Amino acid sequence: MTAALETIGLKKRFGGLTATDDVTFRLEKGARHALIGPNGAGKTTFINLLTGVLAPSGGTVLLEGADITRLPPDARVRRGLARTFQINQLFPALTPLETIGLAVSERLGGGWHWWRSLGTRRPIMAEIEAVAERFGLTDILGERTATLPYGKQRLLEIAVAFASKPRVLLLDEPAAGVPEAERADLLAAVAALPREVSVLLIEHDMDLVFSFAERISVLVNGALFTEGTVEEVSTDPRVRAVYLGEAEH
Amino acid sequence: MPAEAGSRSPVEAGLRHRPRWRWQETVFWILAFGSFFLTSDKHLLVSEIAILALFALSLDLILGYAGIVSLGHAAFLGLGAYVAGLLAKHGAGEPLLGLVAAAAAAALAGFATSFLVLRGADLTRLMVTLGVALVFGEIANQAAWLTGGADGLQGITMGPVLGLFEFDIFGRTAHAYTLVVLFILFLLARRVVHSPFGLSIMAIRDNPLRARAVGVPVNRRLVAIYTMAAAYAGVAGALLAQTTQFVSLDVLEFHRSADLILVLVIGGAGYLYGGLIGAVVFKLLQDAFATLTPQYWLFWIGLILVVLVLVGRERISLHAHGVLGRIFGRLGLPGRRVAPLAGGEPRP
Repeated sequence: MTAALETIGLKKRFGGLTATDDVTFRLEKGARHALIGPNGAGKTTFINLLTGVLAPSGGTVLLEGADITRLPPDARVRRGLARTFQINQLFPALTPLETIGLAVSERLGGGWHWWRSLGTRRPIMAEIEAVAERFGLTDILGERTATLPYGKQRLLEIAVAFASKPRVLLLDEPAAGVPEAERADLLAAVAALPREVSVLLIEHDMDLVFSFAERISVLVNGALFTEGTVEEVSTDPRVRAVYLGEAEH
Repeated sequence: MPAEAGSRSPVEAGLRHRPRWRWQETVFWILAFGSFFLTSDKHLLVSEIAILALFALSLDLILGYAGIVSLGHAAFLGLGAYVAGLLAKHGAGEPLLGLVAAAAAAALAGFATSFLVLRGADLTRLMVTLGVALVFGEIANQAAWLTGGADGLQGITMGPVLGLFEFDIFGRTAHAYTLVVLFILFLLARRVVHSPFGLSIMAIRDNPLRARAVGVPVNRRLVAIYTMAAAYAGVAGALLAQTTQFVSLDVLEFHRSADLILVLVIGGAGYLYGGLIGAVVFKLLQDAFATLTPQYWLFWIGLILVVLVLVGRERISLHAHGVLGRIFGRLGLPGRRVAPLAGGEPRP
């Protein structure tokens, strides 16, 4: 079976530093896969290579079997590869309504429409409403994004990516910085992502990794260190040494 | 789910909030068109205001909405003015034809130079746009056989608008003509900024990284809005040439671009009316001071700007703050938001 997302020999060098070292990786369809690794292991670089923010020094990225290595980020999104950001990347002056509406309209190919506003398009409005409901954003849809509580912004971060109807979703530390009181909502929203979306979770938070993921890959110094089921990885003494040991500090 | 018949869902209401026509807008346009009856000796001044307002509206599209700074917007004003002027000089005196030709030429130039503007960040863009305007200015200067060079383009005779309305010496036709053109292009711009396309432009301004991540082809959208803004500036230039029946190198000079930023600072960027209000204030001040103390006009406008930005910091919208603040911050000028602009703005 074709993988949802696959890399073959992916490399990225910044001058003398090898940030991604010959990574060959498979994300299966419908997967709940986590990518972990100590700080500086190259997790974010890897995501940036997958999404096209950075161009690789070598290797290939395949989305459902198609080579997307040379495609710009926006074209990858239109093909069904969406992401969230470790640090919120939202539109401060827009409302969540407009933000989600933008993602929906771009996906439906309406981004060039320059005459009728979104408020006249029923299918788009219905979708916005469904996305907002799924992520518990219905009540704050009309507020300026900049004024939202942090937890709501984190939810919006995922909601926007979800509104692009991705078949592969990359979650970059979705729970980072979310206060304890707002954490449950966020974890529930992540857990409730539909199964037809294959998810790669990049995470530091071991509770979230163990509760969400079925498979885990460990990245160390830019290279894939090991991969396996949650049991295999969590009991692997070498992983404990390089990662879990460090996390217990 | 969408609203039941008769009632609007919060989603629909929310999406219709921004594009809603507000009563202040109606008042604004009633006053604008009312000026035709109120002022008998100010027709020329009002048409100058309308032209500057259209020019500022054009800059607002890229500065206020797309977050692209430009110190060379006069390039498109000048190009439009010369195209309209040359057309009229060589026998095609119908003003509307001149507008269309000027818009097309400026759009073409905007499209071609947009690829330079896409490169780099704010400071690079300032320099690139400034450079483009300088190049245009020098071309117009050197091509004296076509443009008249330093003597200006003379011998322009305009035909009547639509074959019906002759330009008169009091400027009545010019007054109505420029206002109507401004209003129509304003309505068009208003439609565009509230469309899904306009939404994507604002998203790019707020966060280009995220805009790409929701599937927005950022560069192509910026090319489109830059081209549109250039066409608007070209029309403003054409109006200038047609109503004054003269074009000189002055239309391409740096002070045109610099004044334009001042107009947007006065009125505020990113809500379309900023350029219009700014143009009214700027021209009225200029008119008043030119009558009182002709030599010291620049002194007074400078002083007023300093006071304006120190007292009313919120006048510049959040978006323009961001862009202008970043630039002047990078230049190492003091102050966080608006204040640096007054100090840092080069005056011709």
